[in-house]
Amino acid sequence: MIGNSKRPGKCEVSLTVNGEPKTVRVYPMERLLDVLRLELGLTGTKEGCGEGECGSCSVVMDGKLVNSCLIPALQVAGATLTTIEGLALGPRLTALQAAFLKCGGAQCGICTPGMILASRQLLDKKPKPTLEEIREGLSGNLCRCTGYMQIFEAVMEAASGNSQ
Amino acid sequence: MKEEQVVGQSVPRKEGHGKVTGAARYIDDISIPGMLYGATVRSQVPRGVIKKISFDEHFDWAEFVFVTAKDIPGKNCIALIGDDQPCLADGVVNHPEEPILLLAHPNRHKLRKAVEAVWIEYEPLPAVLTMEESEQCSQIIWGSDNTFKTFLIAKGDVESVWGKADYIVEGEYTTGAQEQLYIENNGVIAVFDSEQGITIWGSLQCPYYVHKAMMALLNLPAEKVRVVQAETGGAFGGKEDYPSIIAGHAALLAMKSRRPVKIIYDRMEDMTATTKRHPSRTRHRTAVSKEGKILGGEIEFTIDGGAYATLSSVVLSRGVIHAGGSYYWPCVRIRGKAVATNYPPHGAFRGFGAPQSLFAMERHMDRIAQAVGLSPVEIRRRNFLKPGETTTTEQVIREEIDLGKFLERALVLSDYRAKKLRFTHENGGGPVKKGIGIAAFLHGAGFTGSGERYLASVVGVEGCADGTVRVLASSTEFGQGTNTVLCQIAAEALNLPYKYVQIAQPDTNQVPNSGPTVASRTAMVVGSLVRSAAIGIRQTLAAEGLHGSYTPEEFKVACRRHVAEHGELRSYARYDPPAGVFWDDQKYRGEAYACFAWAIYIAEVEVDLSTYAATVEDFVALQEVGRVLHPILAKGQIAGGVAQGIGFALYEKVVWQNGRMQNGQMTNYIMPTSADLPPIRVFFEEMGNIHGAYGAKGIGELPMDGPAPAIANAIEDALGVRFDSIPLLPEDIFEAVSNSELSETR
Repeated sequence: MIGNSKRPGKCEVSLTVNGEPKTVRVYPMERLLDVLRLELGLTGTKEGCGEGECGSCSVVMDGKLVNSCLIPALQVAGATLTTIEGLALGPRLTALQAAFLKCGGAQCGICTPGMILASRQLLDKKPKPTLEEIREGLSGNLCRCTGYMQIFEAVMEAASGNSQ
Repeated sequence: MKEEQVVGQSVPRKEGHGKVTGAARYIDDISIPGMLYGATVRSQVPRGVIKKISFDEHFDWAEFVFVTAKDIPGKNCIALIGDDQPCLADGVVNHPEEPILLLAHPNRHKLRKAVEAVWIEYEPLPAVLTMEESEQCSQIIWGSDNTFKTFLIAKGDVESVWGKADYIVEGEYTTGAQEQLYIENNGVIAVFDSEQGITIWGSLQCPYYVHKAMMALLNLPAEKVRVVQAETGGAFGGKEDYPSIIAGHAALLAMKSRRPVKIIYDRMEDMTATTKRHPSRTRHRTAVSKEGKILGGEIEFTIDGGAYATLSSVVLSRGVIHAGGSYYWPCVRIRGKAVATNYPPHGAFRGFGAPQSLFAMERHMDRIAQAVGLSPVEIRRRNFLKPGETTTTEQVIREEIDLGKFLERALVLSDYRAKKLRFTHENGGGPVKKGIGIAAFLHGAGFTGSGERYLASVVGVEGCADGTVRVLASSTEFGQGTNTVLCQIAAEALNLPYKYVQIAQPDTNQVPNSGPTVASRTAMVVGSLVRSAAIGIRQTLAAEGLHGSYTPEEFKVACRRHVAEHGELRSYARYDPPAGVFWDDQKYRGEAYACFAWAIYIAEVEVDLSTYAATVEDFVALQEVGRVLHPILAKGQIAGGVAQGIGFALYEKVVWQNGRMQNGQMTNYIMPTSADLPPIRVFFEEMGNIHGAYGAKGIGELPMDGPAPAIANAIEDALGVRFDSIPLLPEDIFEAVSNSELSETR
């Protein structure tokens, strides 16, 4: 019956986010996206579609790129996460972030955190990707502004080391 | 002295650092203590009378706030051009997803369940769901004849040309609805205070549109309405008029609950309930000589406005003015009509009517070419507008534009001739067919006709106490680069480095009304005002001894001194229409736009007849947009617009059922991914231009106009079958190919 359903109670979940240990009290099926944004105040992770299509909510979980809107809180117990806030420590941008700025890879900016994390994962696996590998590697992250060309250029630029 | 010019340089995006670090604050990133969340109960029928609203008695309604039309303190309308659209349905509904009742609660999850626990009973009325039904008027759903607006452009004596024609070429072309699909959904926060009035923070394009709408809805004076734009995650026209609705809803809930209220749509609500590009139907009948010259013709352009008038009249206007394309028509009659249906209102989307009528024009040019026996290249070359000739509204082309030269360059860049030959040769055997297509077109920059004069936009430039400079404008940044370009212009005009200039957050309490951020007008029209206002600062400081070529440090000292002595240093500039510009709003004749941007786009496609999927393999976009103020931003505008145009042609199909969008998710409404797009190769022709700040014309909408017709022309080139409707998903290509095979075997 609506409204009277018994929700399971909150539970404690411990995880590591951007190098820092964290413990949150959340409902087990709460979305990781909401845990990050509402419990931990990490609003750099964005919601675009809420169903794993657009990639705006991408974060790195135990070395893998995941859509945080599809991950229940319970699943992140003990996990190590990197969000966009974990890249540039202090005012200095990483080479990849600087390349996005320089090449026009960010326009409205809403897909950018997810896109940068996806690009970072791609470069971790393939430090010198071909254009085709970039096209395929970023195809889980939608951008409505750029037509992707300047995002490809940014990834190429970061791979070439010019933005260091 | 700074070392180089700022204008023309790809300086860093002003708000870029926040965007690449995740620090930028979009509306859903903002929270206010004590804030409630709001939700909307919407119509489930396309047309009907509301008989009863009931609430599930088993649901716990404690702590909920309810708002209906009865709670509206002012006028129940969304004030825009007209005031026919209610903020909340009162007794009747005219489209699916029409807002009826608002709810607010501290818990987001509970709110979602509550929406489902409200039941609305309707007495259904017959709905009008095609343009043809609307035109037949068997059901009157708006005004006396279901017509929001008509326009007639009449140039010369069309009746006399039919007899002289060697060929009369007819065609009908249609385009579908398209979702803007900004990645950040619509959202606002409203805060009410009985002293200060209402404050709206939102993801929006036009703060002063929302300001006007709140005054009427809430019955508040101007000074008790404040609208602030948060960082905005894409808009493309989709946040031009709609934010007034969601802001009105949050404001009503905030007034009733006396607590801040946030409304954020989820993707499905955003896709099903908010505006899309107007579906269109264009009919051409053209008289052509045996040499392939257009002698004259008739064009009928009809758009589906949905249930309320919103911006349809203006979309229609731009559509009819662009309907004749970049060609010379000795005489022409263009009739435009925007009709009412029971769909959610269609609205602004990049291009604003022009992509629809230009799709028809550019498909029709290929049909004329076939009728006359000329190539798509030659038919265009023989009909291009030339300096001294007049457009369909009899606007004289004063620029030394040479479209034939642009076309030739685009042909070379795309290797058109060699590919055309090769594809004809290779398309024989296998299932994969290749083709190449052209679109030549123009896009008028700024508001149409007298629009800019009515807007009378104002921009301020401020010298601050610390000696830096701030641009004051309501023009918003949503990715295009407004912040960056307006700061570049101010820096250039003040002879200062770019980093000395900042731009104020658009806040109606802080900035003057520089007009809406639409119509490719920001760099050109608002940019000119920034320059004038900046020159005003220079003149003030010159009178106090800051002459000639000063250093940035000297400027700072002079600026600080002025602020210390006088309290502030501000200069404002108001739009001043250029002398001698003639526009007749009644006859739709004269200078429709201050200037046009021009373009030649060439698409190469591949169609696999085992899957019937078409893909674009190469895309050349060559355009003349006046002076390119920022090469990287300009290139990004073009590539992004082309990508949306490719989506419009090949991927993005709104599936309607009984007036409601059935595929309101990113899983089933498909926009191009990085793996779907070809290399988009962007080239600029730069000409000296008298318009705009430092010679800039409008750029933002132009790239939306050309891809769809170039692609449809290329698919016809590949398959030898006509494609006069978009979008062309595999099932559409399959159907057209099957129908043509069927007619061949008859």
